[in-house]
Amino acid sequence: MSNALDPHAAIVTEAGGLDPGGPLRTADGQPLTRALARSSRRARRRAFLLVLPLLLFVLLTFLLPIGQMLQRSVKNDGFSANMPQLSAWFHEHPRGTEPDDAAWAALAADLTAAAEARSIGLVGTRVNYDMPGTRSLFTSAGRKARGGIEPPYREAILAMDEKWGDPKLWSVMREASSAYTSNFYLAALDRTRDDDGNITMAPEQQQIYVKLFQRTFWLSLIITFTTFLLGFPIAHLLATLPMRKSNLLMILVLLPFWTSLLVRTTAWMVLLQQQGVVNDILVWLGLIGNDQRLQMIFNQTGTIIAMTHILLPFMILPLYSVMRTINPSYVRAARSLGATSWTAFRRIYFPQTLPGLGAGALLVFILAVGYYITPALVGGSSGQLISNLIAMHMTQTLNWSMAAALAALLLGGVLLLYWVYDRLVGIDNLKLG
Amino acid sequence: MKKVLILTTALCGLGVAAQAQDKEVNVVSWGGAYEKSQVEAYNIPFAKETGIKVNMMAADNPATPLKAQIEAKNITGDVFDIEVSDAIRLCDEGALVEIDPASLPPAPDGTPASEDFIPGALRDCAVANIFWGTVIAYDKTKFPDGPPTTAADFFDTAKFPGKRGLPKNPKRTLYLALIADGVAPDQVYEVLDTPEGVDKAFAKLDTIKKDVVWWEAGAQPVQLLADGEVTMATGYNGRFFDAMVAEGKPFEIIWDGQFMDMDMFAIPKGSPNPEAAMAYLKFATDTQRLADQARWIAYGPSRKSSAALVGLYQDGKTEMAPHMPTSEEHMKTAVMDDPEWWADHDAEMAERFNAWLAAN
Amino acid sequence: MALPTYASPLEKVWHYAYLAICAAIFFFLIAPIVVVIPLSFNAEPYFTFTDKMLSFDPEGYSMRWYRSLLTFGMANPDAPGGLGWWADAWQNAKWVNAAKSSIIIGFFSTILATVLGTLAALGLSRPEMPFRRIIMAVLISPMIVPIIITATGMFFFYSNPCEPLTWIGLNPQCGKLAGTYLGVILAHATLGIPFVIITVTATLIGFDQSLARAAASLGANPRTTFFRITMPLILPGVISGALFAFVTSFDEVVAVLFIAGPDQQTIPRQMWNGIREQISPAILAVATLLVIFSIALLATVEMLRRRSERLRGITPH
Repeated sequence: MSNALDPHAAIVTEAGGLDPGGPLRTADGQPLTRALARSSRRARRRAFLLVLPLLLFVLLTFLLPIGQMLQRSVKNDGFSANMPQLSAWFHEHPRGTEPDDAAWAALAADLTAAAEARSIGLVGTRVNYDMPGTRSLFTSAGRKARGGIEPPYREAILAMDEKWGDPKLWSVMREASSAYTSNFYLAALDRTRDDDGNITMAPEQQQIYVKLFQRTFWLSLIITFTTFLLGFPIAHLLATLPMRKSNLLMILVLLPFWTSLLVRTTAWMVLLQQQGVVNDILVWLGLIGNDQRLQMIFNQTGTIIAMTHILLPFMILPLYSVMRTINPSYVRAARSLGATSWTAFRRIYFPQTLPGLGAGALLVFILAVGYYITPALVGGSSGQLISNLIAMHMTQTLNWSMAAALAALLLGGVLLLYWVYDRLVGIDNLKLG
Repeated sequence: MKKVLILTTALCGLGVAAQAQDKEVNVVSWGGAYEKSQVEAYNIPFAKETGIKVNMMAADNPATPLKAQIEAKNITGDVFDIEVSDAIRLCDEGALVEIDPASLPPAPDGTPASEDFIPGALRDCAVANIFWGTVIAYDKTKFPDGPPTTAADFFDTAKFPGKRGLPKNPKRTLYLALIADGVAPDQVYEVLDTPEGVDKAFAKLDTIKKDVVWWEAGAQPVQLLADGEVTMATGYNGRFFDAMVAEGKPFEIIWDGQFMDMDMFAIPKGSPNPEAAMAYLKFATDTQRLADQARWIAYGPSRKSSAALVGLYQDGKTEMAPHMPTSEEHMKTAVMDDPEWWADHDAEMAERFNAWLAAN
Repeated sequence: MALPTYASPLEKVWHYAYLAICAAIFFFLIAPIVVVIPLSFNAEPYFTFTDKMLSFDPEGYSMRWYRSLLTFGMANPDAPGGLGWWADAWQNAKWVNAAKSSIIIGFFSTILATVLGTLAALGLSRPEMPFRRIIMAVLISPMIVPIIITATGMFFFYSNPCEPLTWIGLNPQCGKLAGTYLGVILAHATLGIPFVIITVTATLIGFDQSLARAAASLGANPRTTFFRITMPLILPGVISGALFAFVTSFDEVVAVLFIAGPDQQTIPRQMWNGIREQISPAILAVATLLVIFSIALLATVEMLRRRSERLRGITPH
């Protein structure tokens, strides 16, 4: 017990010696156990107070914003807040009820009010998420409803557009009448709800998300594997060379690590373009004709090459630090017992590198799964990852609930891997150069 | 503790200082050669005249950050250069400042602004500055045996080999597919209004999907052509003109089925510098400035009174009129934008387009 | 990595093949970074080597892209040189302004991350620290969570920082952080914190606690102990952490894209525009300057690491 060295403990032993029969006491007469507990409580509190400012900071600038964003994946009140009367009707009448006169009157009143308040676009946008092609139904109805809708409401609204009678539309409006919904998660998994509210597959031309999750997974796996292929020999070389030489070569690994991500991505664009340096060299060597220049960028190849380069140091560094600790005499012993160099490597050396390999592979995979910048710049349309789709929903289609649902799924996956990493490797063992 | 306090105050000061400046205006535009023309024609004289600093920000399409800023209730730009359909939609949603045509400066001969602007160029919440076309351009050196001449040739990769550059949005791709499929320019929207018409456009796009390099920023198609990444691309006519005339690139423009659109200045409600924004908008859309812009890029001014003032390109020898998308000859083959149709359908088209794009 | 004397001929061949493979991989690592340097002196607006460049014709090379970094955005770039020209560049040139924004944001976010991160690392390295594992995991997570998710969350929160208060029934009015320097600084500090924690805790693992106890037993109060004993010993780690935090901020573009306003156009933001538009090798000129900058930083960090190892009595293994 290292606490034996603690000054408090020293006092205690001395004071306790006075009364060998009773419980051990400190100089001021308190029971030893309590004094010890208090002093360790104080130490704990002091340590915690040092961490507290940062913990609060991270809570406020990082955890809270992410939580707030994720809340959007289940909450969207674009319909319920702006169509209060129809929403109320849906709550009073169970699924399956045919829209009655009261429902049509509520719809007419809400449409008129929303058109006046210029919030009809929000309503249409919300419904359009669950049923593509309906936004215009609402905006054009809003334009026509500016002057008010005359009864009979059902006929008046159907006269604007027959689509208002579509049971699918009413089913979707019912879904949207509650501010909270799981539909964005369903959509993120390429599922949708049919007229009766049952979960079914989305129409084929709208199925993209599962495909993109799969592509992200596979590309990340490929990138992890290529970083392993390229990183292993380098780490081995660095670990077995004398320190002076390996420190020098280590700079070649660390320089890319310290160089701006945008610079490295730009560099790959310069190299891989059709009129770029690599194609120029291949043509000059006569390996390909001038009209057969390879398409190595704006597709998956570009994403894989550039990301392998960018993530390679994250594989090399943990591998290197594990390989440094491997005792070369084990391999020598195996060789002296008659193993070929391949067998010695396979049976003795490689198994010892597994901790470093696991750490590097997990780290590379975690970082690759969430990559955004590089695929956005060099990925074309076939090299885009799920992050790029989140960005697209954030900045272009403005379907923020969808972006949040995709983000939540991605985050769930990453956190799971992070947990595995902590279990297997330990976060303390993360090293930077 | 004191130090922490000082630091916090200093940090807060930085935050506040950025908001307290009122002698500036933030203009969000389309970047590249177009931005340069606006800097030369509007920003520099505006700063000289009023002392207000103009911060120009580039976006692939300024309506995108504008919509995001409105939705997040976090408006950082003052003036946005957007397309008509977006101006209509955002005005309908009550997000833009309404503009009184009577407050705009009249033409030099005294014609009020409401009559001087070309019909459709003045809207409730936005004022157009230029007409522009999305055109096909090709690299002359790549087709020695006879150059392409029509939109259909763009889709004919057997006869005219090489990659194609297309914008990554439905608005500037679907019309081209229909034109190439033989639809007359004035019937494009009738066809697009039916589900079969949309299917037909996507089916046509399918035929060259594997040969397309998609671009997002207006400067990219020019660069793709210049780098030899593609042999033909569609892009904004002013950018190709700039590359051909100012940089001497061996490009040629095909005036067949070009897409005509207007760019408009609009001010969102709740912008940081509303007064400077309105002053900028009025200044930039007066007769002289609009004509000046044409000295820098081949886009047609939105005022009738400006047309007469359009002369030579800034190199002092190129006549601008035949390069304008608004020239009489070019107008015959043009597909006019239908902003109302796009205001209603852009969300669903974008969705379908993105799904189509992601499905490899 | 000498070859053992008992190696068979096949093994010898393999050994040299292996060295060749390693050389190729090092080439793969470094070539992309090196290749941008000569191309940034290209006299032509192309991204590839021209014939003149390959024949080392001086006409093939020029400084025009470096000059354009100063002139781009200037009110009057063709004015005669002199003080007025430089003042114009300092005031209006886009890249100069971007550099100013980057440095302001980098400086303050680094200070924030380093102070908070070092304190926390001191706490985390104490054996008494409760919930150590989970707290560490939380503090490192900004490095692990995909940046697009972080930036998206910050975009909503910084646009209206008081929104979470409405959940508990309050409805206060407050300004926004998006579009301000403060907002970007807070965001970048958050992203830099994991690096400070990792480097400082790594230094503290080798820190001999008995040194601090010795100081205390000789009558030094905790503050004196910290500033006279602990701090000098962990300083190299703190500075490395600070440099990491600075580089993180200096290289960050996604959070800037989402939360920065027109006044906070940093160098990466400006590069992002440039790369997407691909207009000129001016981007390569910036890239070259940044490569030189990262070489300087790397040299500093290496120096600090060696110094730290010497100070703590760890001989290089």
